[in-house]
Amino acid sequence: MKIAGEKIITGKGATLHLIPTKKYKTISIAVKLQAPLERETITARALLPYVLQQGTASLSDARALRLKLDDLYGAILSISGTKKGEKHIITLRLDVANENYLSDRTPLFERAVNLLREILFEPKVENGAFTESIVSRETQTLKQKMVALKDDKMSYANMRLIDEMCKDESYSLHVHGYEEELKDMDGSKLYGFYEKMLKQDKMDIYILGDVDSELAEKAVQPFLERDVSPIEERAASVHSTSADVQEVIETQDVQQAKLHLGYRTNIRYDDSDYAALQVFNGLFGGFPSSKLFRNVREKHSLAYYAASRFESHKGLLFVFSGIDPKDYQKAKEIIDAQLASMQAGEFEGSEVEEVKDLIVSQILETIDNPAGHIETLYQQVMGNKNITIEQMLDTIQQVTTEDVLQVAKKVQLDTVYLLTNKEAEKNA
Amino acid sequence: MHKKHYEQLQESIYAETLPNGLKVFLQPKSEMAKTYAIFSTNYGSVDQTFVPLDGEEKITVPEGIAHFLEHKLFEKEDRDVFQDFTKQGASANAFTSFTQTAYLFSATSHIEENVTTLLDFVQDPYFSDKSVEKEKGIIAQEIRMYDDQPDWRSFFGTIQSLFQSHPVRIDIAGTVESIQEITKEDLYTCYNTFYHPSNMTLFVTGNIDEEKMIELIRANQDSKKFAPPAKIERFFPEEPETVAEKKKQVRMPVSVAKCMVGIKENTDYASPEAYLKQELLTDMVLDYYFSKSGVYYEELYKNDLIDDSFGFETSLEKNFGFSIIGGNTKEPDRFADTVKGMLQRMKDHTVTEAEMERMKKKTIGQMLRAMNSLEFVSNRFIQYHLAGVDLFDIVPAIEKLTAADANDFLKEWFNEDRLAVCQILPQEA
Repeated sequence: MKIAGEKIITGKGATLHLIPTKKYKTISIAVKLQAPLERETITARALLPYVLQQGTASLSDARALRLKLDDLYGAILSISGTKKGEKHIITLRLDVANENYLSDRTPLFERAVNLLREILFEPKVENGAFTESIVSRETQTLKQKMVALKDDKMSYANMRLIDEMCKDESYSLHVHGYEEELKDMDGSKLYGFYEKMLKQDKMDIYILGDVDSELAEKAVQPFLERDVSPIEERAASVHSTSADVQEVIETQDVQQAKLHLGYRTNIRYDDSDYAALQVFNGLFGGFPSSKLFRNVREKHSLAYYAASRFESHKGLLFVFSGIDPKDYQKAKEIIDAQLASMQAGEFEGSEVEEVKDLIVSQILETIDNPAGHIETLYQQVMGNKNITIEQMLDTIQQVTTEDVLQVAKKVQLDTVYLLTNKEAEKNA
Repeated sequence: MHKKHYEQLQESIYAETLPNGLKVFLQPKSEMAKTYAIFSTNYGSVDQTFVPLDGEEKITVPEGIAHFLEHKLFEKEDRDVFQDFTKQGASANAFTSFTQTAYLFSATSHIEENVTTLLDFVQDPYFSDKSVEKEKGIIAQEIRMYDDQPDWRSFFGTIQSLFQSHPVRIDIAGTVESIQEITKEDLYTCYNTFYHPSNMTLFVTGNIDEEKMIELIRANQDSKKFAPPAKIERFFPEEPETVAEKKKQVRMPVSVAKCMVGIKENTDYASPEAYLKQELLTDMVLDYYFSKSGVYYEELYKNDLIDDSFGFETSLEKNFGFSIIGGNTKEPDRFADTVKGMLQRMKDHTVTEAEMERMKKKTIGQMLRAMNSLEFVSNRFIQYHLAGVDLFDIVPAIEKLTAADANDFLKEWFNEDRLAVCQILPQEA
């Protein structure tokens, strides 16, 4: 096993990242468009991924586009928006079969890149605007998505925690946008946002698979030559820390309560203690061997899941658990005790070593998957860091027990969010 | 050890059945960093009524016991096996389905130790009254978590509306009430009956040397004593042709309604080849009409009856099978009528050769994509193997299909009596 290297080619309109590897039977192409996370643009950027899949200049509607993908041996297209820290990223992905494994050897890669180019640069447009009927139908879909999110209690509790915790920071903006902004959205307005995206977003293209570098570079020329005028970087939102922990309790008709806690680490991807944060999280709640799982679940049988996860670009950490509504106080005390125990240095050197191995293994496993490999590399673009995967693994191995303790001391509880039912509240 | 090479896919599988009956499959993939191993028993939530090993009479065990057993195998007298894997840099997990219980790990180092741990912990049960009691709280929370998930409720509700007596209609985890009845003795009875090596399969894939790996597995199994293999007698009630409930409605606090249309599939396959053909054709025709390139998808979407949660799936097993089509909808009744009408119309449609070619291309391409995943290959290989089918023969099997096959299938697919509807509706104010 050898880790595939990344070759970076910088054009005026985009940066191309080539990752040649024979691991897979497909070739993966991903285009990433990055912009600041802003209230003024978030709703349009949430809607664009839907509208861009409704046809192109030469493919008159969504079905024509899908039939084209079927003809490319069931190529998989997805377009989606996500937030990372205080940035918004629109990702277009196309995975296509490598014809070396087909009985028909007609090349597919260049046709796939060309289709992706058409989807992004030549969408279906009428008189300088997106078609009104398409915009209004996709607006419906997006609205339904916003509403349906409430039915997934885990996602809902996450969203509500961040709403409360990061009230005055752009990080709390909803990735699906806002219903009130959709009211006066129309084809020409949305087209304006689209043009702004093409002109101003930072673009990165990833091509991963068994494909010739020269061929790949040639195929993406139209992306690399994009006419672009990037905007200036904005300063990150400032958060004034207060020692008070806020507690937010909401009730709904649920069987299981969701206890979600938000912490500030103030450690970001490009910070020198980022690797130590990864190890801290591994000991605290990242694995089944972590303190949270062992205590909340195994020792006290309070939950089926109890885990922690950190946000890499904003300096946050979250704990999640699904509990019986009557166990709120008890579960909260046990979770608090686990952090206190980390801060008191109650972990062995041997546990630190084990967790380091688990994290290294997790990274290696992530890059055994095409999308995982691309996302791991894109983290670096997001965090303005440029190290190889080997170097990344090295920094994990160098973390000491003392480094983890220093990180633990930086972790500060900010907000406790509980979604519970009415009976529990009455008894509380 | 027997090697089979698949030229077009550039894959090789090594197979061996050990003297104790354990079936072992190895797939070396040296370009991968990780190794994935899955140790699976042919025993799932539907195996509720059987004659226990060394017993004479058939018994029926509490609902949810296969899943309960899966949880409890990780706990030993002195330790939790999760921690053993952790110490060896592996991440371990397990799952219980209708027909299978599987234990697995993935790792990038200490592969031999981890394979040994996997074999040893599954083959060395330790159940105590205390640990059985403790697990009830954890599993109750797992069940409650699913109770709050509209997707799970609509999936299971559809199965319950389709099946009248087959145990597939029982929730895999059981109910908060049914798991209270489970005792340590029940767990041993199920374990002894279904965890004999001759009822199990081990699949290891990834960065391995097949010769060293099989040596290790042989030595590990030779060092243990097992009862001689015995045939397991399992009982399934006669499932009527018709569905249990034509229309089922579940009220829960949702913001958007859901509607599913279910088909109770025929399961009288004449041979493994016939089984595979039926499975492929069911998938392909559903995809052809209801995926985003399908005419019916387009119609449903234009009529505002679906959103991007819409989907479909098929599951065919030895003695039960179903397909489910649906998702969120603003008009659950109109959705149900429209989809039922579409299914009836499909039976009168004639698939052309050109349409069939496109379906085949799509299915083959997506199969290649799925094969990027070690988890997919191992899990599906085992599932197909139990049905007598070789996963790696699927691409040639798809290439052989013709439009006539699809048309014959459509004519015979199902009748009205085998359709059911399940709706998740917001609570009445």
